[in-house]
Amino acid sequence: MADDRFPAPPGRLWWGLRVWWMTAAMWTRSALAYRTSFVLMTVGNLAITAMDFVIIAVMFHNIHSMGGWDFHQVAFLYATSSFAIGLADMLVGSIDALGNRIRQGTLDGIMVRPAPALAQMAADRFALRRLGRPLQATVILLWSLSGLRVQWTWDRMLMVPGLLVCGTAIFVALFVAGSCLQFWVADAAEVQNSFTFGGATMIQYPPTVFARELVAGAVFGIPLAFVNWLPALHILGQSDPLHLPAVLRFASPAAAALALAAAGLAWRAGLRAYRSTGS
Amino acid sequence: MALIEVDNVSRTFTVRSRKGRLRREKRQVNAVDGLTFQVAEGECVGYVGPNGAGKSTTVKMLTGILVPSGGRLRVAGVDPSRDRVRLAHRIGVVFGQRTTLWWDLPLRDSYEMARRIYRIPAGRFRANLDRCLELLDLGPLMDTPVRQLSLGQRMRGDIAAALLHDPQVLYLDEPTIGLDVVSRNRVRQFLREVNTERGTTVLLTTHDLTDIEQLCSRVMVIDHGRVVYDGGLEGLHAVGESERTLVVDLAEPCPPIAVEGARVVRVDGPRQWLAFPAARSAAPVVAAVAAGYPLVDLSVREPAIEDVISRMYAGEVAAPVRVG
Repeated sequence: MADDRFPAPPGRLWWGLRVWWMTAAMWTRSALAYRTSFVLMTVGNLAITAMDFVIIAVMFHNIHSMGGWDFHQVAFLYATSSFAIGLADMLVGSIDALGNRIRQGTLDGIMVRPAPALAQMAADRFALRRLGRPLQATVILLWSLSGLRVQWTWDRMLMVPGLLVCGTAIFVALFVAGSCLQFWVADAAEVQNSFTFGGATMIQYPPTVFARELVAGAVFGIPLAFVNWLPALHILGQSDPLHLPAVLRFASPAAAALALAAAGLAWRAGLRAYRSTGS
Repeated sequence: MALIEVDNVSRTFTVRSRKGRLRREKRQVNAVDGLTFQVAEGECVGYVGPNGAGKSTTVKMLTGILVPSGGRLRVAGVDPSRDRVRLAHRIGVVFGQRTTLWWDLPLRDSYEMARRIYRIPAGRFRANLDRCLELLDLGPLMDTPVRQLSLGQRMRGDIAAALLHDPQVLYLDEPTIGLDVVSRNRVRQFLREVNTERGTTVLLTTHDLTDIEQLCSRVMVIDHGRVVYDGGLEGLHAVGESERTLVVDLAEPCPPIAVEGARVVRVDGPRQWLAFPAARSAAPVVAAVAAGYPLVDLSVREPAIEDVISRMYAGEVAAPVRVG
């Protein structure tokens, strides 16, 4: 049989990650074919994301606290949210081009290759310039951490990197799950954007400035609160506007795992729907 | 055992259309209905039919992209929709209009990517690549970004990319569409070589009758989701009684030309279209026209596969037939 001529297939997850890596590397080389454009886009991206934080800084020029959170604390929310969405956007963000691929019929070309479609799509049009946002967020985070009046116990110290990892995972799940809508509705990319980028903007600000219903929606609906709001309550010693059980402040890993699992199922359902409708 | 087995396969699509303000109507459309055929290892089969006949639906099912609604499907012993990734190692696919090469990178990089995705052992990759480069004359283009290739060069590049992992079956969708004569011939020559020398089974959809004439010993005509003809090309012409068209430009507008063995099907000023049986030579007709009319220019058009097929229907040919 023909299979004997090929090395045994590697583990599915490992193979998926390698395919992602290979595809991303190819797109990076493609982008470098237009060097000037690459540099200009990277600088432009940095400038735009920098403006984001300038707005917050200007606000704090006039006020001293926002919903009971001081400048360094809001900067912490800003930086963690921006880091998570930025990194997730770089890792899988271009999956929102799925609708285009379906319309143009180029998804078929991906599906006849011996590699997971999700890994190929996640790295589709991978853009290294998106690294700008998490980098800028890292700078703000370091500044924020240096000015926070927090007693740095070991649990708080551990929670900061944990929060970044879980937050990124939650946004990865949102990108993937959101893009799956495009299997059914061709131009649902904007709906997905309102949850991902819209959500990321929301959680740059303290939960106390929003209506309680909105905050509850971010805890029990789209799990944005687990990206930074809930763990930040513990790290920064802030009080919870919803008075939820304190255990939720440590539940981000569970929320991230659930979100990833749900996104994986949504992707499989979407692909199955595509394969049985053909669009 | 046949390499491709299609047994009573059907594929239904649900089409939703708006009826009035809010009411929506769901309708079931059979893209493919009771499709049955087999392809033996090493065959080269032309798969033709009008647009919307179910050709691409069939190819999508054979490549595992689409799940059939009913029936049984096997390619190289694999159920395509269930084992899509395993099947991918055994098939090569070329979508005529949509390149799978990396647009902004040199051709070389696309092949290197294929080597890694298909996990082709280095020695075999080298040998296959060298062969493709030589036969398709791609060597000098290896360092050219794909976006700078001409359509014909790109198509050759795509075909090579589909063959590096030694597939047992090669599906080609319109491999010669839009190519100039030289590229067309080179592609056909290469495909013939792949089919006869390597024994790769080829399934080819096309609108170009010459592709089939030069490559395929067998033609399958599909319409309304069913195989309506399955056999040799000569049989198709005989069954469809196809005609070639002689287009003549006269010095001035004339009454419809009356010559033996041809009939005028259209007149537009000094230009006239004459139909004559495809099996007969054009020479006597041309000679007769030149003798009796002020002939300025002429061209002969081969029958389009659609015409042959539509004529089959006009002739109320019983379906399906297997000739040869």
